[in-house]
Amino acid sequence: MKLWLAKQRYLIDFTLASLARRKTRNLGLLFVYTVLVFMLASVTLYTHALRQEAARVLAASPEVIVQRMVAGRHDLIPPGYMERIGRIRGVQKMEGRLWGYYYDAVTKANYTFMVPAENPPAAGEIIVGPALERSRGLAKNNGITFRSYSGKLHSFIIADVLSQASELVSADLVLMSEQNFRAFFDYPAGHYTDIALSVANPQEVRNVAVKLAAALPDARPILRDEVLRTYASIYDWREGIVLALLSAAILAFGILAWEKASGLSAEEKREIGILKAIGWETGDVIKMKFWEGLLISLTAFLAGFVAAYVHVFHFAASLFEPVLKGWAVLYPRFQLTPHIDGLQVATLFFFTVVPYAAAVLVPIWKAAITDPDSVMRG
Amino acid sequence: MRPADRALLALAAGICGFALCFVDAARLRSAAGPDEAERTRLVAQLRLTDLALFTEARYTRHPSQADLHSAFQDHPLALEHFPTGSLISPPAGSLTVGAGATAGREEGAAK
Repeated sequence: MKLWLAKQRYLIDFTLASLARRKTRNLGLLFVYTVLVFMLASVTLYTHALRQEAARVLAASPEVIVQRMVAGRHDLIPPGYMERIGRIRGVQKMEGRLWGYYYDAVTKANYTFMVPAENPPAAGEIIVGPALERSRGLAKNNGITFRSYSGKLHSFIIADVLSQASELVSADLVLMSEQNFRAFFDYPAGHYTDIALSVANPQEVRNVAVKLAAALPDARPILRDEVLRTYASIYDWREGIVLALLSAAILAFGILAWEKASGLSAEEKREIGILKAIGWETGDVIKMKFWEGLLISLTAFLAGFVAAYVHVFHFAASLFEPVLKGWAVLYPRFQLTPHIDGLQVATLFFFTVVPYAAAVLVPIWKAAITDPDSVMRG
Repeated sequence: MRPADRALLALAAGICGFALCFVDAARLRSAAGPDEAERTRLVAQLRLTDLALFTEARYTRHPSQADLHSAFQDHPLALEHFPTGSLISPPAGSLTVGAGATAGREEGAAK
């Protein structure tokens, strides 16, 4: 074992000396390789963390939301609708939700007005989201006036501001009492925006949705699973767009690495010929080149991955943020919680380290089994 | 120190840095626990269905609750208004050859 280790150290010594003879070329390759791993790792780490964030936060969303469709559009839930749903077996609890959009010409942004089912604010008071507080320069106990869609002005007192920690889900929220909400939007009495359902047995959610669709043909049930899948697909799509944009760089690197790894220069061929002539075995030459491939690809992978981790979770992925996060007038400020997917890291490792290490070996093996004299002569 | 030892030491440092990423991720996750609990509490309390990421239109603010026709709800041939809208993935099936556009949209919206 000691002998084997000593031999590997000598081989590494020789490999490093050989790499140093073509320093600029090899350092350039290492740099480009590291940057490529950095970009790929940044995109995958960022999108995975965003997907995880959405999945964890929305796991607490209602099991089923029932919308009513009229002429293919979302319409209000009329009185009596909830009673019909209540007759469906398996429905444990249902609540009419009241919410809607309000366009504020001052900030040129949409707010989501909502009536909380529990602890609603008193009449004339509202609770606002942190992004809205920032964009309008509001504070607790300030007054604010909105012009409703009917043209009337409605004044409210800010009773509270939702916590910064919840900004990812509450940036643009305006919570108000049911009375204020109905007066502001001229909502007819007894009507709701949609219905949140909970189902007694979580295994039965899909069956309840099927029964709902059969009993109320104009109802559109939206399951929590579908909500989670929507968010997963949004970030899959965004990750795909960035990777598609990066594909030209990946391809260029592929060509560079392949050219470097598979096509031996005359100098390298001569070096192998000399090594063979002075007594190196084919196995030794291959081991030396294996170390060369491994040292370059492993160094690039480790440096690229660590740099990507620091970039994404300590510098808020400043390079890719605009594309991956998207934009909005009231964009929430949030810090991503790191979630590293082992399978993703393994895939990245496999597709960046293994092909290069393997591509180095094939031409070397071909050169190493040839007669030293003919290799040296080229 | 021999070049081989220096190279192996550098690799070992890289592997340590790689392992430290996982340790740091666990540390940041546990530090973010209370904030995450607050978000989850608010989602459960207000029966929220979407993240407040893109607030410019109803079908980007609540993509999971959007009309079946989104993002073509202004009229069937309307171009997309917002960059966010064009970055939200098209419905599954609408990219396959021969898939009916309407069927694809409905399938995607029902995702």
